Amino acid sequence: MSLTGVIGGILTVGGVLFLLLGTLGLLRFPDVYTRLHAQPKADNIGLGMICLGLGVYSGSLSLTLKLLLVWLLMLVATAVGAGLIARAALRRGIRPWGL
Amino acid sequence: MGAPGLAFDGILGAALLWTAWQAIHAAGLFRAVVSFMVFGLLMALAWVRLEAPDIALAEAAIGAGITGALLLSALGRLDWEAGRATDECLRGRDRAFWVPTGLLLLAGLGGAAWLLPAPGLGEPVAAELGRSGVENPVTAVLLNFRAWDTLLEIAILLLGVVALWSLGPTPWPSSPELVSPALPMLGRVLFPAFVLVSAYLLWRGSHAPGGAFPAGAVMGAGGVLMLMAGARPWLSGDVHGPWRWALALGMVAMLGVAFAVMTGGHGFFEYPVELAGRLILLLELAAGLSIALLLFALYLGGEPPADWETRRPA
Repeated sequence: MSLTGVIGGILTVGGVLFLLLGTLGLLRFPDVYTRLHAQPKADNIGLGMICLGLGVYSGSLSLTLKLLLVWLLMLVATAVGAGLIARAALRRGIRPWGL
Repeated sequence: MGAPGLAFDGILGAALLWTAWQAIHAAGLFRAVVSFMVFGLLMALAWVRLEAPDIALAEAAIGAGITGALLLSALGRLDWEAGRATDECLRGRDRAFWVPTGLLLLAGLGGAAWLLPAPGLGEPVAAELGRSGVENPVTAVLLNFRAWDTLLEIAILLLGVVALWSLGPTPWPSSPELVSPALPMLGRVLFPAFVLVSAYLLWRGSHAPGGAFPAGAVMGAGGVLMLMAGARPWLSGDVHGPWRWALALGMVAMLGVAFAVMTGGHGFFEYPVELAGRLILLLELAAGLSIALLLFALYLGGEPPADWETRRPA
């Protein structure tokens, strides 16, 4: 197997691990704020590693840049979405866990 | 396609059935709506697996995106008591009726798929593609061979908006419900990207997957984002009201072209071969703009006021 194949594979599998951990946090953490702490961040890293891994695996620079553009858009959308969910929860009067 | 592909398709099919079941039978409207959106995304993936990227694009943009946003927005306006009452209805639904009906439908669809001629209509379309004016067979079917169907699809969207607006004023408040500094920023940063992607999809439609419907859906979603960020549309009243004619632009342009070619001695929607490419581009542009505005207008949920600032509370 070529070097790009190995690096791409390692990055992709690592990304999937981050997604799994983020999902674990979503399932196991006690309230909406702690879940927001776990899931969007882990997903962002996981998606970034998968995009980069697939790009490296393809060996094409233009495809890699397109995948990274997808990642960039997702970064912005996830950050704003997570902030909006937290704001909506606060406005509804949901108190953070342990407070 | 090897064993991994087959396994993937099997999981995808099972997940589709599961999310479809959840969308109908989930023990809560919110879960049902989210299941429906996941179903739309998985459906788009299934279309990709079937090598139909055009339908995948439309399904992801319209099925999962715009329809999901519409459902969520409707859900947000239900009061919680009404939502719970509906939950009871959903749980209490009679399975003795739905299981046999579903099986019957499945058997019917299976039978229809079995009886269909094997290569479908792909060969006749490929044979006539040279005279259609475009290189993408899907666009050729949508805007040339079966332009009549597309006209009716746009007419249905227009009728939907007319019906919705006639029901009453929009429930949207004059200022955003959730004040967040991030959302207007996101709108400002991303709206140019929405316009760019939409124009790209429109232009791409003549030679590759894309076209008026995905382009319109992307643009409509951009409008919905701006609406949530606090922008208020002006589609009624004396000053900005004429903009609402753009809602009918697609249908008017298609009917205009269909009748105009008749004056040249051709049939209804029978484009002259040498003009077909340009006519299709024109129709795509008109239809794309109009679809974007129509989807956006549907999302308003009612007629927007002539003046957002001074309107009476609904």
